[in-house]
Amino acid sequence: MDTLTALATQEYKYGFTTDIESDVAPRGLTEDTIRLISHKKGEPEFMLEFRLKAFRQWLKMTPPTWPNVTYPEIDFQDIIYYSAPKPKAKLASLDEVDPELLDTFAKLGIPLNEQKMLANVAVDAIFDSVSVATTYKEKLHEAGVIFCSFSEAIRDYPELIQKYMGSVVPVSDNFYAALNSAVFTDGSFCYIPKGVTCPMELSSYFRINNPDTGQFERTLIICEEGASVSYLEGCTAPKFDKNQLHAAVVELVALDNATIKYSTVQNWYAGDKDGLGGIYNFVTKRGKCAGKNSKISWTQVETGSAITWKYPSCVLLGDNSVGEFYSVALTNNMQQADTGTKMIHVGKNTSSTIVSKGISAGKSNNSYRGLVKVLPNAENARNYTQCDSMLIGHDCGANTFPYIEVQNNSAQIEHEATTSKISEEQIFYFLQRGIPQEDAISMIINGFCKEVFRELPMEFAVEASRLLGMKLENSVG
Amino acid sequence: MFPERSKEKSQYRDGFEVFLTAQANAPQWLASLRERAFAEFERLGFPTIANEEWKYTNIAPLAGQAFRRGSLEGVDLAQVRRQLRIYPEAERSRLVFINGVYVPEFSVIEGLPAGVVVTNLAEGLATRQEFLEANFATLADFENRAFTALNTAHANDGALIVIPRGKVVETPINLFFVTVASPIAQVSFPRVLIHAGEASIATVVENFLTLGETTPDTAPAFTCPVTEIRVGDGANLEHYKVQKESLRTFHIANTFADLHHTSVLNSNSISLGGQIARNRIAVAFKAEGGEMNAKGLYYATGKQLMDSRLEVDHAVPNCTSQLLYKGMLDDKARGVFNGKVFVRHDAQGTNAIQTNKNLLLSQTARIDTKPQLEIFADDVKCGHGATVGQLSQDELFYLLSRGIETQAARNLLTYAFAHELVEHIKIESLKEELDRTISSRISSTEHGFE
Repeated sequence: MDTLTALATQEYKYGFTTDIESDVAPRGLTEDTIRLISHKKGEPEFMLEFRLKAFRQWLKMTPPTWPNVTYPEIDFQDIIYYSAPKPKAKLASLDEVDPELLDTFAKLGIPLNEQKMLANVAVDAIFDSVSVATTYKEKLHEAGVIFCSFSEAIRDYPELIQKYMGSVVPVSDNFYAALNSAVFTDGSFCYIPKGVTCPMELSSYFRINNPDTGQFERTLIICEEGASVSYLEGCTAPKFDKNQLHAAVVELVALDNATIKYSTVQNWYAGDKDGLGGIYNFVTKRGKCAGKNSKISWTQVETGSAITWKYPSCVLLGDNSVGEFYSVALTNNMQQADTGTKMIHVGKNTSSTIVSKGISAGKSNNSYRGLVKVLPNAENARNYTQCDSMLIGHDCGANTFPYIEVQNNSAQIEHEATTSKISEEQIFYFLQRGIPQEDAISMIINGFCKEVFRELPMEFAVEASRLLGMKLENSVG
Repeated sequence: MFPERSKEKSQYRDGFEVFLTAQANAPQWLASLRERAFAEFERLGFPTIANEEWKYTNIAPLAGQAFRRGSLEGVDLAQVRRQLRIYPEAERSRLVFINGVYVPEFSVIEGLPAGVVVTNLAEGLATRQEFLEANFATLADFENRAFTALNTAHANDGALIVIPRGKVVETPINLFFVTVASPIAQVSFPRVLIHAGEASIATVVENFLTLGETTPDTAPAFTCPVTEIRVGDGANLEHYKVQKESLRTFHIANTFADLHHTSVLNSNSISLGGQIARNRIAVAFKAEGGEMNAKGLYYATGKQLMDSRLEVDHAVPNCTSQLLYKGMLDDKARGVFNGKVFVRHDAQGTNAIQTNKNLLLSQTARIDTKPQLEIFADDVKCGHGATVGQLSQDELFYLLSRGIETQAARNLLTYAFAHELVEHIKIESLKEELDRTISSRISSTEHGFE
């Protein structure tokens, strides 16, 4: 038990706030707030209409109650829906960026400054809703890849936005998606033209800063015929006692022969050991394999947030399209996670793979919820699902809610689930060979998760494996 | 909000009031239990697909239908006697109910060990009031369960089976719940209470069937049974449920079982009949060392909907549960499976395995399966698996290469899939009969392949 306490008292490594004057909207949400956001951002008319349509839908909806999580009711009128660092003239180089901001990034370990030399990664850093710096634009520009903030995209590529925004996650999809559609402030936009393989991995760090700001990002990635891209999303947030709502929407569109790989490492503030504070992470992520032979692959390592409610999904419309979902979800202390995926088989010869690893420790509750649906015309659909749970300690919970709905007899569906713990025999084996317990546990956990880790891009895989080790330090004993 | 909803309820209210008046002699505890149960049913109404538990099973056709309480009125008993097939193992130990009414002249209980009680519930109420007052409806919790509430409110007959401590009952105890096809829509509420005492061994078979031709004039029937089973310390109970009702029947059944120290419950369920047939079994381990093996087969054709649900509550340490349910779905049939295994905080040493396999035999059949696990203890072995598929091409090729015709090969493989759940049935003639029924159903359908 001492070891558990030791873990629980471990401070959140990224708990700090940056003091930058913000341009803040008044608390609460009305049509006026939405008009204000749209006006502040200088958006065209169609955006305001999109937002208002979503808002009117949202008013008719109620928050979902089916996830296996509990939390106090959210007062949506007590949230500030817009805050932006004081407007400045467009920055030409990193030197013009607020040094304090750069300092924050340095603390977070985003190699924005050194990145050009060190890593072959372009970063679109979101700092409290507005993009402040975007790098590697030129190189991407050469390849014809558009990678910019959502606001810029609305300004510069309104046709693409109008065509694809809301085409995967409609405004009325669910309560939080509708809310996001009404009030989102910024996000990332990515367009890979026909036949182009994106020359580098695209990455966007999201960071929540202002204490009362709900974060509503929106990401849209479009892969034209034969194009491919790998996108990384990583998150850390400063420590606050007041719960923060995060309701993002991510839409992916893959046309014929296109491939999108979307990887996430999420390590937001999870609240303290008594469950005080922490982020509410209510996210709608969905990809549409619109074209033939297209492929969308989701990989996620979820270790943070007080509550995670997230189902990165694939709609397999195109014939021969492929959907994948690889997930590691770790919960500790009072964290709650209800996460999984949906694979909707519509086209012929579609296949999907789901590998989910849930690790529960402390007093946390970890649920896998997945849907595999085969529609009547989806000939020869194939799904393989494996969801394994590991329990560490006896105060936590691991749940599995797989939904399998099959309406075509040529489908082959397999679902397997197991539950295990780190056994004394395993630990003994390591100890006997002179490997300390901490390392042993880290290795066992890494072994448990390896099918997921090997799907991650290299840098992320290393980070993720370290992160799990850190999160579980001392929790087995 | 739902005008038809209040109609449904009031329709049952009228029937309930008539029933209460007819049962004016019932003891106070029973009358008040019935009223509480009916109040709960009225509060709940029939579930809709908005209810997660009923997401895939739409009972609107049942909810919209008016039923009259089943009776022997107009039933040709002589004809029933000719049609009712009693397998040899049931010759000397059976209770027969027709349209929910106990028929003593068809029932025989002979040669059971001394002290073993097998009687109809109405009789039991007269002779074993104290026992029933203490045990009736103690396992079947009707809170938030509309159909259990409906049965508890209306049940007036069924079976009472009490096996005293240490008794070994070698002959199976057979219950026949017969519905006779009729132009009048009838409902029956069979109620069964089984108490297997300490270290006793027994076998109970519940048969649900329809007699008489189903013609266009035949009205729908509704069977709403509730069974309560208490398996005492070290007892071993073998429970069979065979449901072969007509395609005009709605069958919504709830079985509740409590397993005590080192007790064993082997539950076997075969579902072949019904327009909408739902079978729910809820098992709770009350003390360590319990073991539950649940096996089930559902074979639906035409437009049948078959819903199998199992809830296993591992509330205490060191218990084992093994579920194996298989479904065969043909034509436009729909299958629903929901297994729920809960492993509670203290239930260390739990071993729980859950398997659901489905064979889709036509292009229009459909299956919705949800094998779920909720685990709150770490030293446990739990797993579940679900598969949906069709006959293996390799196996088919193997048979074809040996000169067996396509249709025959398919039938053989389909039969083999089902056979796993029939072969272990220990009542020889029941097994043979089911084997015959299933094989003839398999060979009578031309599967829509190729």
